[in-house]
Amino acid sequence: MADTAKPKGGGTARSTGGRRRSRKDAAPSIADEQPKTLLEYYRQMLLIRRFEERTAQAYTQARIGGYCHLNLGEEATIVGLMTALQERDYLFTNYREHGYAIGKGIHPRRVMAELYGRSTGVSKGWGGSMHMFDTETRMLGGYGIVGGQLPLATGAALAVSYRGGDEVVMCQMGDGTTNIGAWHESLNIASLWNLPVVFVVINNYTGMGTTVEKSSAEPELYKRGSAFRIEGVRVDGQDVLAVRDAATDLVERARSEQRPFLLEAMSHRMKGHSVVDPAKYRTPEQVEEAKANDPVASFESQLLEAGVLTEELKQEIADSVRDEVTDAADFAENSPHPDVATLFDYTYATPVANESRRMPADPVFAD
Amino acid sequence: MSVITYRQALRDTLRAEMHRDENVFLLGEEIGVFEGSYKITEGLLKEFGERRVRDTPIAEEGFVGAAVGAAMLGLRPVVELMTINFSLIAIDQIINHAAKIYGMFGGQTSVPMVIRTPGGGGQQLGATHSQNIELFYSFIPGLKVLAPSTPAEAASMLRAAIRDDDPVLFLENLGLYNTKGEVPDGDDTVAEIGRAAVTREGTDITLIGYSRMAMVASQVAEKLAEEGISVEVVDLRSLRPLDRETIVESVRKTGCAVVAEDDWLTYGIGAEIAASIQEGAFDWLDAPVRRVAMAEVPMPYAKPLETAALPSPESLITAVHETLRAVGRRVG
Ligand SMILES: Cc1ncc(C[n+]2csc(CCOP(=O)(O)OP(=O)(O)O)c2C)c(N)n1
Ligand SMILES: [Mg+2]
Repeated sequence: MADTAKPKGGGTARSTGGRRRSRKDAAPSIADEQPKTLLEYYRQMLLIRRFEERTAQAYTQARIGGYCHLNLGEEATIVGLMTALQERDYLFTNYREHGYAIGKGIHPRRVMAELYGRSTGVSKGWGGSMHMFDTETRMLGGYGIVGGQLPLATGAALAVSYRGGDEVVMCQMGDGTTNIGAWHESLNIASLWNLPVVFVVINNYTGMGTTVEKSSAEPELYKRGSAFRIEGVRVDGQDVLAVRDAATDLVERARSEQRPFLLEAMSHRMKGHSVVDPAKYRTPEQVEEAKANDPVASFESQLLEAGVLTEELKQEIADSVRDEVTDAADFAENSPHPDVATLFDYTYATPVANESRRMPADPVFAD
Repeated sequence: MSVITYRQALRDTLRAEMHRDENVFLLGEEIGVFEGSYKITEGLLKEFGERRVRDTPIAEEGFVGAAVGAAMLGLRPVVELMTINFSLIAIDQIINHAAKIYGMFGGQTSVPMVIRTPGGGGQQLGATHSQNIELFYSFIPGLKVLAPSTPAEAASMLRAAIRDDDPVLFLENLGLYNTKGEVPDGDDTVAEIGRAAVTREGTDITLIGYSRMAMVASQVAEKLAEEGISVEVVDLRSLRPLDRETIVESVRKTGCAVVAEDDWLTYGIGAEIAASIQEGAFDWLDAPVRRVAMAEVPMPYAKPLETAALPSPESLITAVHETLRAVGRRVG
């Protein structure tokens, strides 16, 4: 359906239909890309892969506490999405965000130090795995409450619009998140108020152990924007170039047209929901499928085949990534724990009379 | 000095703050075209336009959360929630987000926003529309909760809330909107958050209240003075932080206390006050601390039932008399 008659380009656009830029008509090919660019994507994907493997290891060694959700299988999606953002653009994510933090430009050392709960961590040891935040790179938070980031991202876009700025807000979430009230309220508000926000659903087929089919009455999630006249696009999340192009298109349209968009990236979760989940609910076929769809391995073989990557170069990149991850872990390991004396530093931004600074066994009245 | 209503004091302050700071804007249901369910924002859409006075869909979680996100980027949203009952729809954004974002991210971003909302029963609105659940928010570190009882306080405390860098739940009361009081002309005083006030000095007993019950406490004190009972009234004003020092100092002087609260007794705000008094003034207490609170039922619609369920001036007077009798100092 043509969308010209509707005020906000109503209806659902499919990845194959609606209005597309010409370069989007065909699947992007590595033949059209600069080798340098491709190698950079490959390196970033590998960095996230090795970082997360190291994270799992450190978690098992009890160096990392709490819940720990990994981006294994999501590497192509992350690199594609982060490439589409300008430095000035804002990012909100859920709790599965270590790779996004790195992709948005936070040094892996600071991400690992946060996982270790150290004061050098990106959130100074106050957030942990689920709550990475960095003002400078405009990574405005990982959020542990499913759907919690959606109203926030919408509000950030409202602030951009209020000031007449040209930044775009990207709001990442999982497939399961499209069923919570905050999804419906936020997409409605974003569309009503013409806000420059791109909602990105990472469809890894499941929320914990519940499949999309079991939780979403409309399992083709990109279509769910149509209730709000938000154009939705589905993209193969295993293909870094496809994700980059689809995301760039929507981000730039959000910027120039000042309205929200929805992107659904079809992805795979290679391991359990979190490090401690053995994912016994998965059939052997599903496990095989996830393995067969390993985005790092398939991009690697594509690059090798195209001659962009050589065995020599591959080894070089692998070594440098390994060193970077080792360095991050060493940095975290050798960083100080936050001083207990700082316990009351972050309750209020504006100091206030009679704020309680009582330790558990202290009397209420000191005298 | 002018005598104006609590409603007018709120409206004047909102208008002045919007003129003072371009980052201050209002959002909420029916605040623009409809001019507010309780007409607090009357005239403001006409004066400031849709950018600054934003009508929202009925989506409390969505628009409260949007205010949090906008505040993270440095705007100063003032949200109106029609009544505190509807804040329950937004409670995830208030408690899990607004209150947590400053600490959870190691102090990297503050959330300078205000949520204005009235509590209050007594309007025959029935069970879902008559609750006083400010306790939920007063329980949460990271939030500040203010509960002014007079027009002058409403103005100076709203100013403080808007200029503060933390999320503030600003509790109003349906029963206070039409009450009048003196407000200095061209007033620009900014109340100090976290401070209670002794609004009437006395020597026999301390009466502690906030919001509507602070006003009722003052009226009761006036009445009891005619009987020769000298009541000291403490208006809490700030429910979080709680100014325990002022409460305890007063009780150390009078030796006994009655807490007047518009919420339910069990686990209520009065419970915290009573616990604080026993810890801070144990040796000065001549009688147990009494609490006057709502009957613990879903609020009924029928007028006689509703009236019976709510704390009244008479119920306060009874509690004062009985406490003084327990003290053995005076028989009312
Ligand atoms: C409001 C809320 N309910 C439940 C949970 C527990 N929980 C954490 S992750 C999750 C599954 C979310 O699935 P999805 O959105 O698909 O994201 P994924 O984990 O697959 O990346 C659940 C139920 C939560 N954190 N917040
Ligand atoms: Mg999922």
